[in-house]
Amino acid sequence: MITSFLLRSLDRSIVTVVAILLGLAVAIPALNLLTAPDHPLHVPTYLVSLFGKYLTYALLALALDLVWGFCGILSLGHAAFFALGGYAMGMYLMRQIGARGSYGNPMLPDFMVFLNWKELPWFWQGFDMFWFAALMVVLVPGLLAFVFGWFAFRSRVNGVYLSIITQAMTYALLLAFFRNDMGFGGNNGLTDFKDILGFNIQAPGTRAALFAASAVTLALCLVLTTAIVRSKYGKVLVAVRDAESRTRFLGYRVEHIKLFAFTVSAMMAGIAGALYVPQVGIINPGEFEPGNSIEVVIWTAVGGRGTLIGPIVGAILVNGGKSIFTAAFPEFWLFALGGLFVFVTLFLPKGVVGTVSAYLARRKAHRRAADAENARDNLVAEPMAAE
Amino acid sequence: MIQTINQTKPKSLLYLDGVSVSFDGFKALNSLSFVIEPGELRAIIGPNGAGKTTMMDIITGKTRPDEGQVFFKGDIDLTQRDEAEIANLGIGRKFQKPTVFESHTIWDNLELALNRRRGVFPTLFYRLTADDKARIEEILSTVRLSARRDDLAANLSHGQKQWLEIGMLLAQEPELLLVDEPVAGMTDAETAETAILLKEIARTRSVVVVEHDMGFIRELGVKVTCLAEGSVLAEGSIDFVSSDPKVIENYLGR
Repeated sequence: MITSFLLRSLDRSIVTVVAILLGLAVAIPALNLLTAPDHPLHVPTYLVSLFGKYLTYALLALALDLVWGFCGILSLGHAAFFALGGYAMGMYLMRQIGARGSYGNPMLPDFMVFLNWKELPWFWQGFDMFWFAALMVVLVPGLLAFVFGWFAFRSRVNGVYLSIITQAMTYALLLAFFRNDMGFGGNNGLTDFKDILGFNIQAPGTRAALFAASAVTLALCLVLTTAIVRSKYGKVLVAVRDAESRTRFLGYRVEHIKLFAFTVSAMMAGIAGALYVPQVGIINPGEFEPGNSIEVVIWTAVGGRGTLIGPIVGAILVNGGKSIFTAAFPEFWLFALGGLFVFVTLFLPKGVVGTVSAYLARRKAHRRAADAENARDNLVAEPMAAE
Repeated sequence: MIQTINQTKPKSLLYLDGVSVSFDGFKALNSLSFVIEPGELRAIIGPNGAGKTTMMDIITGKTRPDEGQVFFKGDIDLTQRDEAEIANLGIGRKFQKPTVFESHTIWDNLELALNRRRGVFPTLFYRLTADDKARIEEILSTVRLSARRDDLAANLSHGQKQWLEIGMLLAQEPELLLVDEPVAGMTDAETAETAILLKEIARTRSVVVVEHDMGFIRELGVKVTCLAEGSVLAEGSIDFVSSDPKVIENYLGR
């Protein structure tokens, strides 16, 4: 049942994007590992990690699109779920360091030794096991989203008020994680990772594998979100976005409908964060910065809200632009980003992907009409000509 | 008076007794009482601010009354339930301004309204069955929108949106239908057709129509309740109500 649920709603554009992602998952690692450094097609390891980072951002934007594009919940706190997933992965990576830290303590990470802690806090237990950390990557953001959403949606907090409290949520987490007593490394966060699943985290092979994992995960999540939004539940989501009280008077529990999407979305954001941390090598409270969540909204808007493919394209375009821009004209990047958002809002309200697909649909309708006309003119009575 | 209303309570479909509600000191409903029988088609008239929409809000769970009782099917207390629960009990509501899902097709609008399980997981794994398909086809032809099933609801005319919304209410299969100004903004021909449609619907369920259009109410030919300042002013046939001096003074005369 699950397979048919996942597969029945795929269309050509989604299949194409999934195929591209799976192709990249093979091609980029191959070009990195199998070609000599002076080969013209060689992809250096730093680029592999950079592209991998873009893909985790794309996954975060996809997660946001599920709630914002389809249900109208403008969450300005999605970076918090991303960071929580990242911290869960970071804790696993810290425990993998073992006695190789500067203080050589086999149990405690360096920052705890530095703070004179004698034993591992209870919430660090279990993170030496990958499966446990992987579970926490989805459970912690999922649980936070569930509890937060439960109260917010039940009290019918909507629109800009909801956006503001999601900002408050991520800001509160930022302040909390800055404190040393919280036990998450305070200001410095978690870093100096050595191994993941027994492999050296710096090795090109591991980097390539992390890239491939990011691409495959993004493809799987794209299939999952497509299945969700094309199901009847997805239609209810859009119904809530367009006419919430009508949906309620039809007998749908709007708060449950929103809560499910919000929780699934937060879990996907957590997975994105968990893939991000080993590729950039650090997680610190800066990831909770309110501005980060707003940037995700910009990526999604640029790519095209409510299109699923749009946020992926948007995240890669904007972050690619950011990498190039900040190297070439570092002081102008923020102006460029702000200008881009204004431009897209004014001139491409459907985003890049939305605009292109609207253009293609129009051209197709046009051609169909022209064909039908020709068929009439030529008095060809074949129904096939109208196709 | 109290005694008679208590006797009718178990048999009634909808029963309001002494319902009052005020907003910021303004008494929107002032001890409103009336009863709808199963299978009844009832028209409600009254000047602006008489409390017609507030009454619908109370019945459908959008607003809680300050005092008074609201019972559905004899013993279901509506004041303790929220909109979704009340909708699932079998009370459908049509808004004053036509409200349909504009970015969905006509077909999807009806599919969403169809009386099926409405939880997250049932909808996630829902598949359109032959029965459901037939039911949607049937409603499409009842509201005369069969030819436009694949068009977006946003592209319908005002009158067609009103009809689609009525179709959605039918798909919900309610026992009681509350219809707020169904012919506002309709042409005369559409109005006449809507009267026929509502009478057809009322054969299998109770319908309460709030309307300003006296011609339309005459066409319906049913019992009329006139509200003013939050309570019932007069009740009876259209001729009886419209000859009542209080009604003329409060409503018709203006």
